[in-house]
Amino acid sequence: MKQVPQKDAPLKLNESGTWIREDVSYEVNEPDAYALEEALRQREKHKGEVVVITSGPARAQQVLREALAKGADRAIHLEDDKFVGLDAFNTAKAIAAAIKDEQFDLIFTGLQSDDYGYAQTGVILAELLGWPHATIIMQIEKNETGIRVKRELEAGFFQFVDMPTPAVLTIQSGINKLRYATLIGIKQAKNKPLRKVSLAEVQSALGENLQKIEKLYIPQKTKKTEHIEGAPAEIAKKLVDKLRNELRVL
Amino acid sequence: MADTILVVVEQREGKLNRVSWETITAGQAIAAATGWTLEAAVVGSGAASIAAEVAGKKVAKVYAIESAKLEPYTPDAFAAALKQFLTSKQPKLVLMPHTYQVRDFVPKLATAMGRTVISDCIGFKHEGGKLVFTRQMFQGKLAADVSFTSGAPWFVTFQNGSFRGDKAEAGASTAPVETVSVDIADGVIRNKPQEVFKEAKQAVDLTQAEVIVAVGRGIKEQKNIEIAKQLADALGGDLAASRPICDSGWLPMDRQIGSSGQTVAPKLYLALGISGAIQHIVGMKGSRAIIAVNKDSEAPIFEIADYAIVGNLFDIVPPLIEEVKKAKG
Ligand SMILES: Cc1cc2nc3c(=O)[nH]c(=O)nc-3n(C[C@H](O)[C@H](O)[C@H](O)COP(=O)(O)OP(=O)(O)OC[C@H]3O[C@@H](n4cnc5c(N)ncnc54)[C@H](O)[C@@H]3O)c2cc1C
Repeated sequence: MKQVPQKDAPLKLNESGTWIREDVSYEVNEPDAYALEEALRQREKHKGEVVVITSGPARAQQVLREALAKGADRAIHLEDDKFVGLDAFNTAKAIAAAIKDEQFDLIFTGLQSDDYGYAQTGVILAELLGWPHATIIMQIEKNETGIRVKRELEAGFFQFVDMPTPAVLTIQSGINKLRYATLIGIKQAKNKPLRKVSLAEVQSALGENLQKIEKLYIPQKTKKTEHIEGAPAEIAKKLVDKLRNELRVL
Repeated sequence: MADTILVVVEQREGKLNRVSWETITAGQAIAAATGWTLEAAVVGSGAASIAAEVAGKKVAKVYAIESAKLEPYTPDAFAAALKQFLTSKQPKLVLMPHTYQVRDFVPKLATAMGRTVISDCIGFKHEGGKLVFTRQMFQGKLAADVSFTSGAPWFVTFQNGSFRGDKAEAGASTAPVETVSVDIADGVIRNKPQEVFKEAKQAVDLTQAEVIVAVGRGIKEQKNIEIAKQLADALGGDLAASRPICDSGWLPMDRQIGSSGQTVAPKLYLALGISGAIQHIVGMKGSRAIIAVNKDSEAPIFEIADYAIVGNLFDIVPPLIEEVKKAKG
């Protein structure tokens, strides 16, 4: 799970114009929330344990706390400011190194993050672990040989895929209905184990970033947009005039 | 020898995915800027007929990468086939459209080769001999120029609509086609895909609607959808939504607009509290006119809007309903 700037947060560029200023509010990446929910539901059906993992600065612990409050059993935090600047390849390498002694059957990630939007970390992790993967998942059922998953394809098409476990699945928003943390859950979360992994512990697995953000900026507008301004009543009048005389839909 | 750009076009069930022409256009533009050679490849069983279609464009050569194991599509087989091919050909730059299929296998392929993908790009710049790729960040609120710091091949995927497919130049003569058979060992393919299907037929068809009022997460609560409904009714239009609204069950899935919903092109698309993520925009950018109401003046939806109203939709919509009713008499 990843912590990303809140959807409505106004973003400001940093001095060097290569990233945003960190003083914004954060929230959990939306598809990751669905990935957690799916893990909790699978555990409710099949027993077992749900472990949540994030890589990010101290602030990212909030994501883990919320996940524990919703019902995850334990958490792993790759904690260092530097984890934010890793590309997807190295983030996946760091995660793979942090979980090398674990025996997971399934790893879920959100299908992409709301900040970078690379849509790669889960698939890269699968390749590093040597596991099969499937992306943009809308349903997961256990079967005799492993699992049957439902992949979302473009334009309203879907496909079921049978695959063995262990496997990595990238989860699409809307796969389930999210739960809220309960008060008792929030209380219990305080006593659940949270393992911290420092950058030093995984450093030897990492390499140089393979790609680099040269410049971050506000996109130039290409379309001519007419702004309609004024008090709401005035805007309404102006718009109706456009609807009638320019767009001819009235 | 000049560096090579390889465009991997996409085929599904023996048909070229049209978005591939956009990637060919992108490849031609990068070739013109850099002086590199442009080639193309099709992966699949029966790729030859598609390779012939692509060979009509201005490309130096087209490869048909074939194996019976490439049908049906699996990420394991596609990554294995392309890894073999790319390892022997060593192109500098590999371009693909950012489709669901490509995003399923290309990070695996690049990782298997110790390389990286700059994914979902919308353009490129070639300045002072340096090639950078532009992509949206933060769901389109910002853009970034990204460069490779690693060796070739460089993998880049382009977002749907970033280049004009109809601008792909035809070649002076047909390019040669070479068929390449790849070996995919037993046991490489672990996933067993079933038939592709469409969910039960949709009850609502918005593709013929003349006026659409669409709501996004800015509507805040399910009960507020009522005011959008009133506006739609007043305009004689249909109600639609962005994905999160349907994910929450506030409106049925068949009212969802976007890459995983319906694609519409009404005379008027009125977007209320929709930020304008690319997956939404691809479903409605063909609208004759777009009016967007959003409280955030920097919301990406304004980049494609014809009329922009920066403000709180709860202030704007009620008087608008009244004015529309008055106008209709
Ligand atoms: C593979 C994939 C497929 C997808 N398919 C689709 C798809 O088919 N369709 C789709 O829509 N999305 C799709 N998405 C999701 C998409 O990326 C966005 O997350 C989604 O479109 C955002 O919806 P939104 O604009 O309603 O919400 P947000 O991005 O949260 O935007 C809400 C907007 O409302 C504004 N706002 C808030 N309050 C007010 C107010 N009072 N007045 C006015 N404005 C206000 C905010 O400024 C903000 O801009 C897909 C994503 C992926 C990864």
